[in-house]
Amino acid sequence: MSRFPQGGWLVLVAAFLCVAVIAVAHGAVSIPIGAVLDALRGIGDPTAIAIVRDLRLPRVLLGALVGAGLGSSGAALQGSLRNPLAEPYLLGVSGGAAVGAVIVFALGIKNDALVMLAAFVGSMAAVVLALTVSRVGGRGAKGDLRTLLLAGVIVGAFANATIMVALASADPNTVRGALFWMMGSATDATWRSAAWLAASVAVAGGALVYWAREIDILALGEETAASLGIDAERSGQRIFLIAALLAAATVAAAGLIGFVGLVVPHIARRVGLRAHRPLIVASALIGATLVVAADLAARTVAPPIELPLGAITALLGVPFFLAQLKRAA
Amino acid sequence: MIQVSDLVVSYPGAKRNAVNRVSFIAEAGRLTALAGPNGSGKSSVVRALIRRVEIIGGAITVGGIDVRALTHGELARRVAVVPQREDAAFPLQVREYVALGRYPHLGLWRAPSSLDAQAIDTALSQAGVSSLADRDTDALSGGEWQRVRIARALAQRAPVLVLDEPTTFLDVAHEMAIFELLASLARSGLAVLLVSHQLNLVARFADTIVLLNEGLIAISGTPAEVMKADRLESIYGWPVVITRDPAVGAPALVPLRRPVSL
Repeated sequence: MSRFPQGGWLVLVAAFLCVAVIAVAHGAVSIPIGAVLDALRGIGDPTAIAIVRDLRLPRVLLGALVGAGLGSSGAALQGSLRNPLAEPYLLGVSGGAAVGAVIVFALGIKNDALVMLAAFVGSMAAVVLALTVSRVGGRGAKGDLRTLLLAGVIVGAFANATIMVALASADPNTVRGALFWMMGSATDATWRSAAWLAASVAVAGGALVYWAREIDILALGEETAASLGIDAERSGQRIFLIAALLAAATVAAAGLIGFVGLVVPHIARRVGLRAHRPLIVASALIGATLVVAADLAARTVAPPIELPLGAITALLGVPFFLAQLKRAA
Repeated sequence: MIQVSDLVVSYPGAKRNAVNRVSFIAEAGRLTALAGPNGSGKSSVVRALIRRVEIIGGAITVGGIDVRALTHGELARRVAVVPQREDAAFPLQVREYVALGRYPHLGLWRAPSSLDAQAIDTALSQAGVSSLADRDTDALSGGEWQRVRIARALAQRAPVLVLDEPTTFLDVAHEMAIFELLASLARSGLAVLLVSHQLNLVARFADTIVLLNEGLIAISGTPAEVMKADRLESIYGWPVVITRDPAVGAPALVPLRRPVSL
């Protein structure tokens, strides 16, 4: 397979910056790059300043952070659970978050902060439930992380069933609100939500980078991990929890944005990265680029309608995955 | 040095103990082989050593210290293991893979030092895989992969090396090459404990053979003491004769035909 080229990091960073600048410049109103730079410094047309500083910049930042969080979370989970199909949403994170959000919608509360909080609490509850189920069910060999994967899938399925039951009896407005939330969007981005997510991504992402070598070793299987001095069960659960926390923070901020956590780590491997420390960092960069690009597409492809961001990422992700399958075959 | 004393290992729901009061010593500078039929408890001894299964009775000490008194990291600095099964989920570059052997030695910041780099280089060259350093682990042949795994264990720089069936699926030449490597590692001062059911190769290379059967020690001693036709016949439940290998005169086992009538 190909090696990660020298200067590869430069290309990844440059690609992200290009996409980010274009995303700040384009939208319902296009602003020339020069005017964008002026607006950033607070010079020129007050409308342009308002659009750039208060609307586009937090939105692009939030999208980038969501992509970075999902990408690095997916890379860590695939490695530690030893499964190329693992992704944060598969493990009950999305289902739990949706249950939390739907409960708030069903109660008729119109408060974005409360929806965020409920989504975060819901996803963490689902993750703790999955961990508990895997501990109770995980008999036989100690520390079989496959049980954790199964437990996550089962908790997710249960959450989806709960949502369907809750929405079956809800009024149309609630259903509409819940549905839009589940499709994911960066529309409601504010500096506050972006800053909150930035802190989560910095802490949890940093922790994943710190424990990246353990992920390398977990990917070799539990026997080898034990022989290298790692308690596979404890270490695997720790990575699982951090990755889930990271994904939950992104879900709380922007709803469900599918396929990023699954596809992005595969792109990072495709460009030649193997060990998890660079893999997680590159997945964050690629994820950020992808989500900012998808959000740009979501708001510029069919104006004035904004397409759901989660649908765009899935539309981009599926063909990529099919191409992967074809190459692997 | 590994000392196993009266070791008992048991799996939940099993009718008999997987390992029942087994005692032996694997000394520094010697190649000790743990042999026996499938299911005789060989791998369970290794699992108990790396604490993947609970030690129900008896003890395993490494350099005089009970393994249960050591942290996982302390144990990994004393004993390097090449487990029987290892299905890497994702490929790594060979050098990155061998570098994981340094994990037990890394400090709080997980930053590798020049000593680590040197240990990796030495391990690659000892195992004869320096030329593969830039390859991906999923692009190796079976023989190359086994040597790379041994290199990873050597990078641990532990005084004890344990290998669980390292030559399964290898052809004659690769199998011999691995055994020669292990014998020379033992001569260099390591305590090498080899789990294998290749009795004939073990008889040629090992200093001591511990032959397990149904969780118990059936025979142990030098190859000449262990390779006795009547005992092996009853252990394996198959007619055998013992002959001498024509090259070095080591005892060799030849299983006889016992045709099945349909």
